Amino acid sequence: MSASTTTSDIIRRSAAAQAAALEAGEVSSEELTRAHFGRIAAVDGDLNAFLHLNQDEALTTARDVDARRAAGEELPALAGVPIAVKDVVVTEGQPTTAGSKILQGWIPPYDATLVTALRKAGLPILGKTNMDEFAMGSSTESSAYGPTRNPWDRDRIPGGSGGGSAAAVGSYEAPLAIGTDTGGSIRQPGAVTGTVGVKPTYGSVSRYGLIAMASSLDQAGPVTRTVEDSALLHELIAGHDPHDSTSLPDPVGDFTAAARSKDVKGLRIGVIEELESEGFAPEVRARFTESLDQLERAGAEIVRVACPNFTYALGAYYLIMPSEASSNLAKFDGMRFGLRVIPEDHPTAENVMKATRGAGFGDEVKRRILLGTYALSAGYYDAYYGSAQKVRTLVQRDFTAAFSTVDVLASPTSPTVAFRLGEKVDDPMAMYMNDIATIPANLAGTPGISVPSGLAEDGLPAGIQFLAPARADERLYRVGGALEALLEDSWGGPLLAKAPELTNGAQR
Amino acid sequence: MNTAQSASATDLVDYDEAISRFDPVLGIEVHVELGTATKMFDGAPNIFAAEPNTAITPTSLGLPGSLPVVNRTAVEYAIRIGLALNCSIAETCRFARKQYFYPDLTKNFQTSQYDEPIAYEGWVDVELEDGEIVRVEIERAHMEEDAGKNTHVGGATGRIHGATHSQVDYNRAGVPLVEIVTKPIPDTKGRAPEVAAAYVRTLRDIFRALDVSEARMERGNVRADINVSLRENADAPLGTRSETKNVNSFRSIDRTVRYEISRHAGILDAGGSVVQETRHFHEDTGGTSSGRPKSDAEDYRYFPEPDLVPVAPSREWVEEIRAGLPELPSARRRRLLGEWGFTDLEMRDVVNAEALDLIESTVEAGASAQSARKWWMGELARVAKDREVELEELAITPVQVAELQGLVDGKKINDKIAKQVLTKVLEGQGDPAAIVESEGLAVVSDDSVLTGAVDQAIADNPDVVAKIQGGKVQAIGALIGPIMKATRGQADAGRVREIIMDKLGVS
Repeated sequence: MSASTTTSDIIRRSAAAQAAALEAGEVSSEELTRAHFGRIAAVDGDLNAFLHLNQDEALTTARDVDARRAAGEELPALAGVPIAVKDVVVTEGQPTTAGSKILQGWIPPYDATLVTALRKAGLPILGKTNMDEFAMGSSTESSAYGPTRNPWDRDRIPGGSGGGSAAAVGSYEAPLAIGTDTGGSIRQPGAVTGTVGVKPTYGSVSRYGLIAMASSLDQAGPVTRTVEDSALLHELIAGHDPHDSTSLPDPVGDFTAAARSKDVKGLRIGVIEELESEGFAPEVRARFTESLDQLERAGAEIVRVACPNFTYALGAYYLIMPSEASSNLAKFDGMRFGLRVIPEDHPTAENVMKATRGAGFGDEVKRRILLGTYALSAGYYDAYYGSAQKVRTLVQRDFTAAFSTVDVLASPTSPTVAFRLGEKVDDPMAMYMNDIATIPANLAGTPGISVPSGLAEDGLPAGIQFLAPARADERLYRVGGALEALLEDSWGGPLLAKAPELTNGAQR
Repeated sequence: MNTAQSASATDLVDYDEAISRFDPVLGIEVHVELGTATKMFDGAPNIFAAEPNTAITPTSLGLPGSLPVVNRTAVEYAIRIGLALNCSIAETCRFARKQYFYPDLTKNFQTSQYDEPIAYEGWVDVELEDGEIVRVEIERAHMEEDAGKNTHVGGATGRIHGATHSQVDYNRAGVPLVEIVTKPIPDTKGRAPEVAAAYVRTLRDIFRALDVSEARMERGNVRADINVSLRENADAPLGTRSETKNVNSFRSIDRTVRYEISRHAGILDAGGSVVQETRHFHEDTGGTSSGRPKSDAEDYRYFPEPDLVPVAPSREWVEEIRAGLPELPSARRRRLLGEWGFTDLEMRDVVNAEALDLIESTVEAGASAQSARKWWMGELARVAKDREVELEELAITPVQVAELQGLVDGKKINDKIAKQVLTKVLEGQGDPAAIVESEGLAVVSDDSVLTGAVDQAIADNPDVVAKIQGGKVQAIGALIGPIMKATRGQADAGRVREIIMDKLGVS
């Protein structure tokens, strides 16, 4: 790396500020992209946020953007700003593994729709980020390629399943990242790494090219360092996609303007009673309350609302999600792509499938496939899957009722700060509890944002989550942007500035 | 499993005897491949016989990340079929995932309709050879996707057992299908085989009339699963059924039903019980053999396809489709029967020979209905039979047949020459008029030519001449023969007769 203080400075800025620096000619996209690869080389050996680097292609994109800019072409807002993509999103010509051994070495022959959008807008793709295998987990410990570590404390988890994307953004390896959120996998990692994560309204960002965990719950979204950056990225990847039947036809809202408005006067914020009691760590709750106080002082109205069925959301989620996952993962059988294990004796098609799946899937994936297969099987369908769908409807009704009286809902994003690596690996139920606050939005298809709310237990970041009605994503940017500005004023700068310095993987 | 084995495993009861003691009940599932431009859930072309694995996209291969989107034209075709079968069209319906493992199934589930089909509760009238009408009740018609095609290599039989490896072609994976399921068809008695074949033929004709499929049985565009069960009498509960898969010719359907009735009767007579299972039909023996056991408890773990939004055809659209339905085969047959004045028997022969379209086109090209029928059901049917091809595969068009008949009607050629011309057309020598022209086959009515031939015949046959002049006018025929021979059959026989009578002074 050309080791200039300028570039190592610039990569710590927001994506919007990096875009401004490119526009002003302060730095070229090639320099900026190289600087990020330099940062990755310096710190990722220890963080393990990236599974695959895409240096040649990223630099080609960067040089192309530089040339177009030099030619006076008008470029999209984030052109030339690098981005990292969660490895569950398929990228043509670049490996995609979904964090699983079963897809090791697979090179997709096509791009996800959102990747096409990134390429079209001229964002160099730095590489693919680590994740829980097939996005199953809340800690990135179930990756077949080793866990990602939290930049704040490398003995801690970075959240999951999008721990790689959150750690990359939190450690200045990437200004922007793409995550996917099935039960909180963008928002929960955001909360425990001090970054911003958005789960858009279901259907507002195409799922075409996202390796499915649970089709009715999966949603791709931005992972960034500021609310404005998320708004810019969300606008870029949203929009109708004819390749996705569940894609919404709506025009994309002006999220950036909402993020910049910083105005919460008269905004009614509902505090979800069911998501602030037991299981939430005291300092996480304290930061949550302080955040609400700030918003109230800025003119928002805080009310308490009841969402009684949220109590059952976790249970319903852990039936619907594995049911869909068991079906979506059936295609991984060693026949058409990825790993194929041929047993020595009697290698019939059935035995090849068994051996491949036995070797290719990790424990958490197997656990969920078994759960889902059981829940869908004849005689149990009504009791499990059917009942879970009923609860899902009740959760949706809770949201509808709540949003008839408030504009947004709020809760802590995650019950605790980042826990230690290995702490919950052998206790799936404890792991599952991490997503208790984020899951209802996935069941209802409503959007959510997690914004840093300060440092809590052990000096680690906590997050506050706002939820809005479906298709009202701009409300999240409005309240998120306003809170971010208020908190940064009180802290004297971004929360990430308080994170410990990372150097060449030496610090442990 | 070889067929000899399966045949010997059961003592077959003579068919007529079986029918005299048992009451057969049929159930038929017909799959039709829709002739859409693209596949059921993606933009891959829906084409036959391309190079393996060329008509594919990430979605038809089920690649990770790929998603289905419903083909609107396939939905329209399914609605057309539903309406033609007098079904109700669902206001909203959904796809479900039917989960099982097989290498030709790209996602290891088949996207199909389960508890919410697009069309349900209909009927179709089936006309048997003797004109009897049997009404078949339709339970449902639903949409689904086809699977790929496995080829097993290295074994002696071409089957999976003994093969060293298998090749899979996914060109067919994702091709849109509509499956039409009957309610149990009772009371067919000894005509069960005929009813089954006629039902599938009726559907095949409807698919073609609706222009939703090429509906070619030999290509597997239309495949039938034949369920047969026997019971003691019409009041008894339904017996256990067998399901013979993918029978794809009318003759095979007939033979399948016949065989299964004999086989079931054999089992029941011996005090055994029929196993509910899928079976395979064997063309060579006319028998069936056991496939895999199947029970209602087989667990496909159906659940609503979360990647697809429900299909909700608007009532306006359904009515628009209904208004645009073409004339259906049964109505068309009734209309043509009246227009053409055929007898019922003539009409059934025409329909059974699949000559209706050909005759209609020939009539449209200017021929009379009776002459068109005579050509297609007579000379051409004979040629087709000799060559073992279908009528429509002969190298002659309805327009050419009409032209040929026009030449006969205009007395340019006679019937005998017409047959010669026909042969030349079939050999690809051109249109009838052009052949008559270039080969000089037109009837000769030029008196200068005919008079010479008549004079020669009179000179050569004094005995005959004497008979004629003696009053035996019918002996003229003996003179005409040699004249026709001399003019290579082209002489206008009527004119020849006049000239002879004139020359010999008889009248």
